Amino acid sequence: MATTPSFFETPAPAGLTGIKAWLLTHDHKRLGLMYLWAVLFWFALALVIGLLLRLELMTMGRTIMSAGVYNSAFTLHGVIMIFLFVIPGIPAIFGNFFLPIQLGTDDVFFPRLNLLSWYLYILGGLLAIVSLFTAGGFPDTGWTFYVPFSIGTKHNVPMTVFAAFILGMSSMLTGLNFITTVHRKRSPNMGWMQIPLFTWSLYATAWVQVLATPVISITLLLVIAERLLNIGLFDPGRGGDPILYQHLFWMYSHPAVYVMILPGMGVVSEIIPTFSRKAIFGYKAIVFSSMGIAIAGSLVWAHHMYTSGMSDTAIFVFSLLTFLVAIPTAVKVFSWVSTLYKASIEMSPPLLYALIFIYLFSVGGLTGLVLGAAGPDIHVHDTHFVVAHFHFTMFGGTGFAFFAALHFWWPKMFGIMYNFRRAYIAATLTTVGFLFHYVPMFILGMMGMPRRSYDYLPQFAQGNALATVGGILLFTGIALMLVNLLLSFRSRIAAPANPWGGCTLEWTVPSPPPLHNFLRQPDIQDYPYDFTEILRKS
Amino acid sequence: MDSGEQHLSSFLSLALVLAALLALTGLTVAMSYVDLGRFNVPLTLGIAGTKVSLVLLYFMHLRYENRAVVYSFLGTIGFLAIMISFTFWDVAFR
Repeated sequence: MATTPSFFETPAPAGLTGIKAWLLTHDHKRLGLMYLWAVLFWFALALVIGLLLRLELMTMGRTIMSAGVYNSAFTLHGVIMIFLFVIPGIPAIFGNFFLPIQLGTDDVFFPRLNLLSWYLYILGGLLAIVSLFTAGGFPDTGWTFYVPFSIGTKHNVPMTVFAAFILGMSSMLTGLNFITTVHRKRSPNMGWMQIPLFTWSLYATAWVQVLATPVISITLLLVIAERLLNIGLFDPGRGGDPILYQHLFWMYSHPAVYVMILPGMGVVSEIIPTFSRKAIFGYKAIVFSSMGIAIAGSLVWAHHMYTSGMSDTAIFVFSLLTFLVAIPTAVKVFSWVSTLYKASIEMSPPLLYALIFIYLFSVGGLTGLVLGAAGPDIHVHDTHFVVAHFHFTMFGGTGFAFFAALHFWWPKMFGIMYNFRRAYIAATLTTVGFLFHYVPMFILGMMGMPRRSYDYLPQFAQGNALATVGGILLFTGIALMLVNLLLSFRSRIAAPANPWGGCTLEWTVPSPPPLHNFLRQPDIQDYPYDFTEILRKS
Repeated sequence: MDSGEQHLSSFLSLALVLAALLALTGLTVAMSYVDLGRFNVPLTLGIAGTKVSLVLLYFMHLRYENRAVVYSFLGTIGFLAIMISFTFWDVAFR
């Protein structure tokens, strides 16, 4: 197996060399890596912007930027993090790379469409950058582009929302590709209940991407039409309904929260059994909870709108429905913890990140109940409590799952190991920084500090100073983590095919995998998390 | 996983569907001259729905597709119906 040429040495289509072998590739693994570098670039940029925002809030009044720059900066931070990092991160990178391998096949169903998705992603990102410097500069609306402000502001809203529209197309095409691949290209010997949980989570995510993304795409185009043609759909001055915009926006953007978190849950569902050397507890429960989250998560969008002037009936219904989503989510957390119970646990950087994920995401989920209940939400709506909750779920959840996935599959993708000691230090620093960064925001929110405000009252000074210290620690931890991974290219310690003792199909192929993934038709286990053979060999 | 089978419809069945579509269009036009009160909208939408179903089932081959495609389509319709109807929890009671 060691002599098998990897996909790095085998371009697809054959005959392409140099940069062309990457820019014109049809290979899902190369595309996964192309997404990796692009996503990491955007993540680093948004991270720096986030740090600058936090430095601005370190002291009262002006610290390092003006109020106008601050408004554009938090919009840019949100747009990049949401549309260019959190949504595409895990599916586009690890989904592209590992979904076909976990299904026992050689590629996705539409390889060329996969390449088009990548180009649309790059185009969307470039348009967002161009909008920074054209026609009034980057929007100051926040990433939600709420009307009527987004219709009236002089900033370059049309180009930015068009960039989000293009990114939505990329997301839809990736989702379509994954659904088709699961149905049409998985190994003939693999039944539905033999599919690994990461792929199941991508499948559930893909349905949300395909069904919900068109809603936001059309809505964003309507904002452009409203600005350019004065139609009067959303503008109350012309008889429009601004709350209708919020409905249409959140019809996508709340399910999008599950597009962000479901793949992360899939990652954790792979890591926990691997390092517990034990079959995952409740495989079917996790499968059905993934689909349950995808469905129930699509019915709760208006819980973002309790203070918008929506009817009391709608508030009651959406609040009730919101509590339903907690059930399948809790099923997953229960299953992960039960898998760890009495297991032969082997600590490793991926497992540490996965455990931190469970803790941070649980805090995020529980604080979500405060916001989902219509009564308490009135008091903390649009305060820093929401900022903290959102970051606990999306950063503590998806972000840490992304870091876990990076450390779990890095040896498989590049065939090299990284330094464990530095990885542990980085994970600890990042977590301590995270807690010092966001816990004060919960308190600030309950004290009444509004989100997105440039300045604040003296009673909020201490909390903001503490949050800034946490932010600097968090930034340092993430920088160390990324540097540690990059340093592995210099030390080049070769990774074996199965460094962790995993039992899904990606661990049966060489590291890095060959062009067509498998040298022969893979054997499919009756149960994807059967560690009998792994334990027998160890 | 792909069976690769394709269904070929006969000219006769396609012609019958076309005739049905034209007849239903004629019915819609005819109905515009008759005041049926509160039944106007449901009946017109019913005719439109029937026409859409015929196009989907016969011209777009949904009738001959496997269950995955049919369920995918029905899921999409269900999703759209939920999106619209749930919005009315707000609009209807505001």
